[in-house]
Amino acid sequence: MIQQKMDMEATGQAYRQARQAVRRRVIVCAGTGCVANGSLKVYEALRQETEARGLDVVVKLGDDCGCKSDVFLSKSGCQGFCQAGPLVTIEPEDWLYVHVKPEDVADIVEQTLIHDRPVKRLVYVDPASHEAFEQTHEIPFYKRQQRVVLGECGNIDPEDIREYIARGGYAAAKRAFTEMQPEQVCEEVLASGLRGRGGGGFPTGRKWALTLPEPGEKKFVICNGDEGDPGAFMDRSLMEGNPHRVLEGIMIAARAIGADEAYVYVRAEYPLAVQRIRKAVADAEEAGILGEDVFDSGRNMTCHVMEGAGAFVCGEETALMASIEGLRGMPRPKPPFPAQSGLWGKPTVINNVETLATVPLIIAEGSGHYRRLGTAGSPGTKTFAVTGHVANTGLIEVPFGTTLREIIFEIGGGVIDHLGQVMPDGFKAVQIGGPSGGCLTAEHLDMPLDFDSVKKIGAMVGSGGLVVMNRDTCMVKIAHFFMRFTQNESCGKCVPCREGTKQMLWLLEDIMEGRATAETLELLEELASAVQLGSLCGLGKTAPNPVLSTLRYFRSEYEAHIVQKRCPAGQCKALAMPEILADRCKGCGACLRKCPVNAIAGEKKMPHRIDAGTCIKCGTCAQVCRFDAIVGVN
Amino acid sequence: MNNGDMVNVDGRDIRIEGERNLLELIRKAHIELPTFCYHSDLSVYGACRLCIVDIDGMGVVTSCSTPPKAGMVVRTNTAPLRQMRRMYLELLLANHHQGCATCVKSDRCKLQELAVRMGVTEVRFQTKLEAKPLDTSNPSLVRDPNKCILCGDCVRACEEIQGVGAIDFAYRGAATTVAPAFGKTLSEVACVYCGLCASVCPTGAITPRPQIDRVWQALSDERKTVVVQIAPAVRVALGEMFGLEAGVVTTGKMVAALKMLGFDKVFDTSFAADLTVLEETTEFLGRKTRGERLPQFTSCCPAWVKYAEQFCPELLPNLSSCRSPQQMFGSLAKATLPDTLGIEREDLFVVSIMPCTAKKFEAQRPEFQAGGHPDVDAVLTTQEFGRMIKQAGIQFNQLTPESLDLPLGFKTGAGVIFGVTGGVSEAVLRFAYEKLTGVKLDSADFAEVRGPQGVRIRQIKLGDVELKLAIVHGLKNARAVAEDVRAGKADYDFVEVMACPGGCIAGAGQPVSFEQDTRHRRTQGLYDTDKTLQLHASQENPYLAQCYSSTLDGIGGHRAHELLHTGYRSRKRVMDEGFSVLDPSGARALEINVCVGTGCYLRGSQRLLQQLVNYVKDQGLERTVDVRATFCFEACDKGPNVKIGEVVMHRCSFEMVRAELDKQLRQVAA
Repeated sequence: MIQQKMDMEATGQAYRQARQAVRRRVIVCAGTGCVANGSLKVYEALRQETEARGLDVVVKLGDDCGCKSDVFLSKSGCQGFCQAGPLVTIEPEDWLYVHVKPEDVADIVEQTLIHDRPVKRLVYVDPASHEAFEQTHEIPFYKRQQRVVLGECGNIDPEDIREYIARGGYAAAKRAFTEMQPEQVCEEVLASGLRGRGGGGFPTGRKWALTLPEPGEKKFVICNGDEGDPGAFMDRSLMEGNPHRVLEGIMIAARAIGADEAYVYVRAEYPLAVQRIRKAVADAEEAGILGEDVFDSGRNMTCHVMEGAGAFVCGEETALMASIEGLRGMPRPKPPFPAQSGLWGKPTVINNVETLATVPLIIAEGSGHYRRLGTAGSPGTKTFAVTGHVANTGLIEVPFGTTLREIIFEIGGGVIDHLGQVMPDGFKAVQIGGPSGGCLTAEHLDMPLDFDSVKKIGAMVGSGGLVVMNRDTCMVKIAHFFMRFTQNESCGKCVPCREGTKQMLWLLEDIMEGRATAETLELLEELASAVQLGSLCGLGKTAPNPVLSTLRYFRSEYEAHIVQKRCPAGQCKALAMPEILADRCKGCGACLRKCPVNAIAGEKKMPHRIDAGTCIKCGTCAQVCRFDAIVGVN
Repeated sequence: MNNGDMVNVDGRDIRIEGERNLLELIRKAHIELPTFCYHSDLSVYGACRLCIVDIDGMGVVTSCSTPPKAGMVVRTNTAPLRQMRRMYLELLLANHHQGCATCVKSDRCKLQELAVRMGVTEVRFQTKLEAKPLDTSNPSLVRDPNKCILCGDCVRACEEIQGVGAIDFAYRGAATTVAPAFGKTLSEVACVYCGLCASVCPTGAITPRPQIDRVWQALSDERKTVVVQIAPAVRVALGEMFGLEAGVVTTGKMVAALKMLGFDKVFDTSFAADLTVLEETTEFLGRKTRGERLPQFTSCCPAWVKYAEQFCPELLPNLSSCRSPQQMFGSLAKATLPDTLGIEREDLFVVSIMPCTAKKFEAQRPEFQAGGHPDVDAVLTTQEFGRMIKQAGIQFNQLTPESLDLPLGFKTGAGVIFGVTGGVSEAVLRFAYEKLTGVKLDSADFAEVRGPQGVRIRQIKLGDVELKLAIVHGLKNARAVAEDVRAGKADYDFVEVMACPGGCIAGAGQPVSFEQDTRHRRTQGLYDTDKTLQLHASQENPYLAQCYSSTLDGIGGHRAHELLHTGYRSRKRVMDEGFSVLDPSGARALEINVCVGTGCYLRGSQRLLQQLVNYVKDQGLERTVDVRATFCFEACDKGPNVKIGEVVMHRCSFEMVRAELDKQLRQVAA
C-alpha cells in the first residue's frame, strides 16, 4: 500500500492561517497537577459558558478554516507553575489566571472574552510582595527561567500534530534525514556539548558516535521515559506536553546511528504520557513522518511504545532493555555496553526524554546557537522539578550555571514552613538528583549548578529533582526516607545492593530510635562505601549518596541522635522527650485530660509532670497546650 | 619486551590466550578469586561481587564480567578489596539460616568455605530472618529458601543448560527469592528432577532428598533381604568423600562397605546396562530394518524421559521402550531373586545407589510398581551412600576390596561406560556391529562418539550400514536436536540423551565438587574400568545369556517385554490450579476456567475474563457460576483457552463463551 504522505509545508501553512483567523486562544493546563486540581472541569465549564454566551468557539482548528472565530479553546501540557494550578492562559495577551475554578469561568468569559479585560481577581499575586502580575512572563516564577526545551509545553496542543508542524516541527528531523549524513548529525550534537539528562551527564554526541560505526544492519534507539525519582516529573511533562518534540528527537537519534526502529519506554504510572506518546506515534505514522521512506530519504523508521511495570530499576539501561525483551527487569554487568550489544544483542542508543527533546533544537538552530546558554562544560538549559518546602513548587527550566539561590528564592519564592508560610531564614538543604543524589546546603547556595560542580561536592544533577528542606527537617530521617526508597526498589540481584541497603536502612533505624552506638556510625560508613564501590548498577552505586552526603554536611545531627539520643529537629519520635516547663505551665489540665495513656499528673493550677515511662510520645499534649509549656515532642 | 597481549596481575604479566574474562585469566596466575555466581558453563551474572579486582583507570570491577585487554594493570588483593569481600560475606551470612551444624551441605558449603578463607570472624549486621517453608513436594530434591544466597546459579543452570526454567527469581529487593512459577512446588511444575540446580548450588538451598533412614530401617528389619545395585558412575566418585581424587575406582571397597552395612547381596547396575544394550539395540535394528520410526532416542535417563513427556510428547514413539538399567535391574531382581534366595517377594528390599536425583523419581513411577510394591524400594545417591559409611564409622580407605555377587553383579565394559556421555551409544555400537556384520569386533572402542561437546553428530559405518548418531548431553541441546527431528531437518538413526553435562558421572547425586577437572577425571575412571575388564561388549556377558534362557524367553521375548520395557505418556508441565475470581465461597453448579497464562493473556484472555465476570454479575449468576482464572491448558497456540464444565474451547471470543455458557446453563436448569 502506498501511503499518502502529509505535505508538511501546506499543513503548517493552513494551520497558521486558521490560527490567525481566531481572535483569542484560551489554554487550559491539562498537565497532571492541574488535572488533579480540576482543570478539566474548568475546560468543560469554559466550553459550555462560551457556547451559552453565543461565542463562536472552536476546539480544534480545521485545515480549511478560513472562517473567523472568537475563541480557540485548547488544552496544553504542564505549564510548570503547578503550585498555582489550575492554570488558564489567554493569548495573545499572555494573561495568566491561577487557581481557576469552574465558578470563575463566567467571569473569564464575560470580562476577558467578551470585554477584552483581564479578570483581576484571578491573576497571580506574589505572596511576599503582594504585587499582582497579569502577564505570564512578568511573574517572578517565569521571569527568571529560560524555557527552551519546555517552551512549547505550556501552550501547544500536544494532541495536534499540525500545530507542532506549523511551528516548524519535524523540520530538524527532515534535515537530518535528507541533508545530513549520520556523522554530521553526531558531530553537530557533539559540538553542542549536550550531555545526557538522565543522570550520568555522558556527552550525547559521543554516545551516538560510538554506536554509529558498530557493525550490523539492525540498531535500536530507546527513549528512556521511566522517570522514577520521587518528586521528579520533568520527563512526564515533556511527554505529556510536547510528545512530538520527543519523537522528533528519537528520529534524529535514529538517523545519527543508522537505526530504523525505536522504543519509547514509559512507566505505566504515567497513563497520560503513554496515551499522548501513543497518539503522537499514530499521528506521525498517519502523516507518513514515521513509516517507510521517511522524508523521501529511502530510509524507514518505526517507533513502538512500551509501558514499564513500575520498577524504578528499569530506568537503568540494561534493566530497561531486559524489560523490553520480556525478561525480569534486572541490570546486567557492562561491558558489553548497549552501544555494542543492547536490545536483543543489537547496537542500541538509550537516551533520556529530555535529552532527546533537546536534540531537534540543536539540529534546527545549530550547536553554536545552543551553546549560548549554560556553562562551557554543561551547555544549554536544564529542567528541574522543584518540590518540598518551597513557595512555588513546579517545573522550571534554567540555564546551567544558575545558582540554587536564584532557583529557590527567586523562582521558587523562598522556603516555607509546614503551614506554607514563608520562612525567611528557613533554608536548611536541598536534595538534588533524587535518591541517587545528595544534599546541598547553605554554603552551596551561590555555587553555579552544573554537572561537574555538583558532582565535585558528592551529589549529582541527576534527572533534575530538587527537594527543598526547611530547618525543621531531620537529615537522618531524610537519609532514611531515600534509603527506604532505594532499598524497596533494589532488584535484588547483587549482594551489596540487596543486602547492603537493607542493613543500611536498619542501621539508620537504630540511629533514629536510639539504639545506636559510635560503632553504628562507623559500620554505616564502611558499609556505605562498600555498597557504593561494589554494586552492580547505578542504582546500588548511588544508593548510599543520601547517607554519605548528609553525613558529610550534618554529621553533628547524626551524633546528636547517637550520643545524646536527641533529634535536633524534633522529628524522630522515638527520641522525643516531652517535658512540661514548670514556669510556663498554668496547671489548666488540658494536657492531662487529652493524654491517651494517662501519663500526665498534677494538681489544678500547679505545674504538671509527664511520666516518661508511660508516655508514648504522641505529642497530643503539646498540641493542646495553649501556653507552649510542653517541649521536646512534635 | 613485548607485552602487547599481556595483562599485569599483581605484578606478573599473564598472556591473554582467548580468555573470555579476567577471572579465567587470573586463574592462570594461580590465583583463585572467590566467587559464587561464576560458572564457566553458565552466562556471566555478576551478582555476588566477590571476584572484584582493582584495575588502573577503571577502578573496582568484577573480573567475571570484564574482558581482558592488553596492558591492563590488575590488582586482586588490596586492603579495600579484602574489606569489601569480607563485608559482602558478612552481609550474606546475616541473611542466611544459621543452622550450619545440622545442614547436609555443611562439609561442602561454599559460603562457609569462603567465609573462613576471607577471614570473616564476626557478623556485625542484624539478622532478622523469617522462616520460609521448605519444598519437600517431590522424591528427588529439597528446596530450602532459608539457605539461598540468590547467586542465581540454579536459575541459570535450569534455563541455560536444561532449557527447563522450572525456577526463577520472584519478588525484588530484599524480598527476592528463587521459586517455581506462581509460588508452586517443584512437583507442580516442569522440573525434571535432574538436580543440576543442586549440583551448582553453593549452599544447602537445594539438595538431593535423602532416603537414608528408609534404608537403615530395612537393613535392621530381620524379615527383609536387602540387595543393592550400584550404578556405574558411583564407583569413580564416591572416593572423593573420603579424600581420594576424582576418578579413583573404588568398586571393591564399596562392596566391602555395603556388606559391613548389612546388605545381603551387592550387585551392579552395569549388568542391567548390558541387558539394556541388548534390548535397545535389538529394538533399534528392528526399527531400522523394518523402516519404522527413527531416530530412536535412548530412554536410560529419567530426567530426559520426563522432559520428553512434557516438552516433546509427539516424539514419545521415538523413545526406546526399554526401561532404564535401574528399572530393568529392579524388575529382574524382584522376578528372579525371591526364588533364588528362597524368600517371599515382599521380603526382598531392592536398593539402588545412583549418581542421580531423577532416579528417585523414576523408582516411584507407577509403571514400575508391581502389586503396589515398587521394583526398586529405595534410591540412594552417591552422597547418601558416603554418609551411611561415615555414620557407621567405617574407615573406607582401609577396607580390603571384595567382589560383587553373581549373577547380577557381573558386567562387561560396555555396561560400565553407560555412566558417561557417549557411553550408551558406544555400547550399542559394540553390539550392533556384530549383529550387522556377523563379525566379532577387533577393537571395542568407538572413540569418535566420545568427547565433551554438548552435541556430537557422528556417521558410523558398520559393514554396509551407515548409521547417523547424535549424542547429546544437557537437555537444552536435546531439545534442539528434537526440534530438528520434529521439523524433518535431521536424519539421525539414533540419538543418545543424557540430561547432565558429562553424563551420569556428573549427576546431582554425586559428591559435590566445585573443581574444574572433576568431570574429566571421573570420565577417565570409567573408560579405564572398561579397559581393565575382560569383556567389552554386552553380548559377551555369559550371565545375560543365562538370564535370557532361564527367565526372559530370549531377546525380545514375551517375558523380556513384560519385565524390561515400558510406555510413556504426555505429561502436563503445569499442574492446573486456578483461583476463583468471584467470591469463592459456596459450591456452584457450573465452573468456568479462563486461562490467564502468558500465551492466552497476550491473546486477550484478561479482557475476556473481565467481560465474563461482568456478564455473570449482570445476569445475577454469581451463585450459579464459578468464574476461575487458571494457568495453562498447554494449547498456547490456540488461545485464549476456556473450559466450561467439561467443554474445552480454543480461540475463544466472548460471544463464543457466552453462547456455550448459556447452553450449559439451560442444561443445568433442565
